[in-house]
Amino acid sequence: MMSAPVDSEDRQLSAAQPSLRAAPTVSRRRRAMRPYILVVPAVLLCVGVLYPFVLGVSYTFFDFSATNPEPDFIGFDNFANILSSDAFWNSARVTGLFALAATAVETVLGIGVALLLNRSSLIGRIFERALIAPLMVAPILAAIMWRLFLLPEVGWVSPIAESVGIGNYTGTDSPVGAFAWSVVVDTWIFTPFVAIIALAGLRSLPRSPFEAAAVDGAGWWLTFRRLTLPMIWPYVLVAVIFRLMDNLKMFDVIFGLTTGGPGDATTTLQISAYLDAISYARYSQGLTHMILLWALVFLTLMILVRYLRRVQNRAAGV
Amino acid sequence: MDHNQFFDSLASRGISRRGMLRIAGTAAAVAAGSPILQACGFGGAGGQSGGSEADAVTGSFDWRKHEGTTVRLLMNKHPYTDALKANRKEFEERTGINLEVDEFPEANYFDKLTLELQSQQGNYDAFMLGSYMVWQYGPPGYLEDLNPWIQNSSATHAEFDPDDFFPNLLTAGQWNFEKGAPLGGEQQWMLPWGFETNTVAYRKDVFDKLGLRPAETFDELIEVAAAITEKAPAAGFGDMYGIAVRGSKEWATIHPGFMTMYSRMGLTDFDFSGGELVPKMNSPEAVEFTDKWARMVRDSGPSGWTSYTWYQASSDLGAGKAGMLFDADIASYFQNTDTAAEGKIAWYPGPKGPDGSLDTNMWIWSLGMNAASENKEAAWWFLQWATSKEHLQFAATEKQHIDAVRRSIADSSEYKDMLSKHTGFIETFEEVMPHTEIQFTPQTSFFDATTSWAAALQQIYGGDDAASTLDRLASDLDRTVNQ
Repeated sequence: MMSAPVDSEDRQLSAAQPSLRAAPTVSRRRRAMRPYILVVPAVLLCVGVLYPFVLGVSYTFFDFSATNPEPDFIGFDNFANILSSDAFWNSARVTGLFALAATAVETVLGIGVALLLNRSSLIGRIFERALIAPLMVAPILAAIMWRLFLLPEVGWVSPIAESVGIGNYTGTDSPVGAFAWSVVVDTWIFTPFVAIIALAGLRSLPRSPFEAAAVDGAGWWLTFRRLTLPMIWPYVLVAVIFRLMDNLKMFDVIFGLTTGGPGDATTTLQISAYLDAISYARYSQGLTHMILLWALVFLTLMILVRYLRRVQNRAAGV
Repeated sequence: MDHNQFFDSLASRGISRRGMLRIAGTAAAVAAGSPILQACGFGGAGGQSGGSEADAVTGSFDWRKHEGTTVRLLMNKHPYTDALKANRKEFEERTGINLEVDEFPEANYFDKLTLELQSQQGNYDAFMLGSYMVWQYGPPGYLEDLNPWIQNSSATHAEFDPDDFFPNLLTAGQWNFEKGAPLGGEQQWMLPWGFETNTVAYRKDVFDKLGLRPAETFDELIEVAAAITEKAPAAGFGDMYGIAVRGSKEWATIHPGFMTMYSRMGLTDFDFSGGELVPKMNSPEAVEFTDKWARMVRDSGPSGWTSYTWYQASSDLGAGKAGMLFDADIASYFQNTDTAAEGKIAWYPGPKGPDGSLDTNMWIWSLGMNAASENKEAAWWFLQWATSKEHLQFAATEKQHIDAVRRSIADSSEYKDMLSKHTGFIETFEEVMPHTEIQFTPQTSFFDATTSWAAALQQIYGGDDAASTLDRLASDLDRTVNQ
C-alpha cells in the first residue's frame, strides 16, 4: 500500500504531537507560583545572612548590657555617645593607620618576594613552598609567639637589639614600638599571601612584550615600571583589597600582641568593640562599634572595587 | 490575581514593586526581631522574685536527700578546682549526687560565665566567681542569694558553721546593689572558697648579701627596688631587677599590689557625693602616688612590663630574675618550691602608709549559685560541702588550697606546719588579715573602670604626664560609672 504523500509541515506537526500530548497540564495558579518557588533558595540565603546583621543593628538602638537585661529603646544615643568620645576617634585613627601601614608594607614586600621567586631557580622553588608556612599559623598563635620573642627574658629580639647597641630595648612597651611590632607581625603572616597572588600574576604575563623591551634595550627598572607593574596591577589590587579589608577589621594579631596597649596606642575599632561587648558586657555599645566599623569597611570596599573594575577594564583594553 | 496583577494593583495605588519589597522586608525584620530579642535576653531578667526556694526545704537535714541527681559546675582551671576533683568521690559517696565539672582557662572563663548567666538557661548550677563579678552579675538577678539557704537548718548541715569564715571574706560577697552603698548587708551572693591577700615576697639571700632590709614606707620600697637593680648583677645574681608587679592592660593589674599600696597611702578610687560616684584617681595625692609607682616600675621593674600578668610577674621571682614581688601571697608561695628560688623567698606585709596603715586588697575565689538553676537544692548541697571545714581542711593540707578562708583551718596545726617552711608567710598573713578587705568601691562598671585605669598607668609608665592622663581617666569614668 502506498502511503499518502505527506508535506513537510504535516511531518513536523506529527513529530511534535507526541511531546505535546505528553506535556503535563500546568494550572495557571501553579505557573504563577513558579517564580516565587524559584527565589526561595535565594531568599533563605539572604535571610540567613541578613537576619543576624539586622538583629545586630537593632541592638544598637537599645541600652542592652549584662547589668541591664531589660533594655530601653534609646534611639541613636549609642551612636551619639560613641561618636562624641575621644576613645572612638583614637580607635578609628589607630585602625586607619594600621590598615594603611600594614597593607602598604605587605604589598611592597609581597611584590618584591614574587619577583624574586619568579626566577625559577632551585632556591626559588624551595622558598616558594616555605613561604606559605606563616599563612598556616593562626594569627592569634602567631601573635602570642611573637609576644614571647619580644619578652626580654625569653625572647631573641632583645639580645639582638642589645648586640647592635640598642640597650634596654622595651619592645611593645612604648606606643611606637607596640604599633610598629603589630605591623611587623601582620606583615610576617600575610606578606606571603600578597606574594602568591602577585606571583600568579607574573606567571600569567605574555612573554612577547618583555622580549620586545629586551630587544629595545630597556633596563630592569624601566621594564618593571612600564611593563611588569602595570600588567600585574589588577592581580596585586585584588590582594590589596583583601589585605586592606582584613587590616581594617584587625583584632587577633594586635590583641594577642599588645591587648590594645600600652594605654590605647594600639586599640583598634575591633578591639574597642570586643572590650565593650565581651569584657564589659555592654552588648549594645559593642555592636554600635561594630556597625560603625562595618560602615567604614563597606565604604572602603565599594571605592576599591570600583577602582579595581576600572583597572581591569583598562588592562583588557575596554 | 497573579503576581503581576498584584504588583500592578499596588502600582496603581502608588506603591512600587521595590517599595513593596522594602515594606515587606522591614515588617519581617521587625516581626522577627522581637522574639529573638527576647530569646537573646531582652526582657528576660529573672531577678529574685520574692521568697527563696530555700524556704520550701523542711524536715531534718539529710545528705542523701538528692541522691541520683546531677549538679553541673562551671569552673576555672585552678589548683582549688584540682583539690575539688581530688575529693569529689567523698562528696558523691556521701550524697549520691553526681558532679559534672566543666573547666575553662582563666582567659576564657569569665566570658563563658557571663554568656551562661546572660542566657538564663541554667545549664550550670554553680560556678566560681569573685567579688567584682557579684557587682556585674548581681544587679540583673543572675545570682541566687545564699543567705536563706545558710539560715535554714533543714537545708544546711549542723557543722557548716558560717561564723567560722573570716568575716571580711563573707562581707566581700554581700552588697545591696545601690550606687554608693558599701559592701555588706543581708544578702550573701557567694561563699568564700580560697583567697589571696597582697603582700611583698622577696629574695632573702639577695637582701642579706646586699645588706638590704624590707622597706617600711613606699619611698623606701622605691629605693630598695632601685638598689637591687643596681647592685644585684654585680653581686652574682645575674641580671636581676628590683620589683615585679603586673602591668598588662586589664583590670587585674590594678587590684593586687597597686591597689594595696594605693589604699595604704589613704587613697580611694571613688567618693560618693550628691548621688553620684566621683572618681578620685586624679586627686593630687593619687597623681603623686601613681607617678611614683610608674617610675618605680620603669626604673626597677621588668622590660616588657606592659604585657606582665600575674604569671610573668611571679615566674620572674621564681626564676631569680626579680628581687621582690608585690602581688598575691599565693602567687609567690608557689614559686618557693621547685624553682631556682626554692627556699629563698620570704614574706612581709609590704610598706605601710604614712599613718602606719596596712590596708590590703584581696581576691577571693568564691562559689555562687545560678539563679536560673532548676536544681538549686542539690546545688546547695554541693556548695555547703565544698565550703565545709572537712573538704577545705583536706584541700588545704593535702592539695595546697590556700589561703584558708576558715579561721579553724588557718589555726590548725597541720596547716601551720605546712606553711611554717616558708619564711614569714604565716606571720605576714596574720598581720595583714585584719586589714584585708575589698578596697574598691562596689559599682557595676568595675571592669571598664579598672581596665581604663590600667591603660592610664601604662601611658604614665610610657612617659605621659600623670596629672593630665589621670584627669582624662577621671573625666571618662565620671561618665561611665554614673550612666
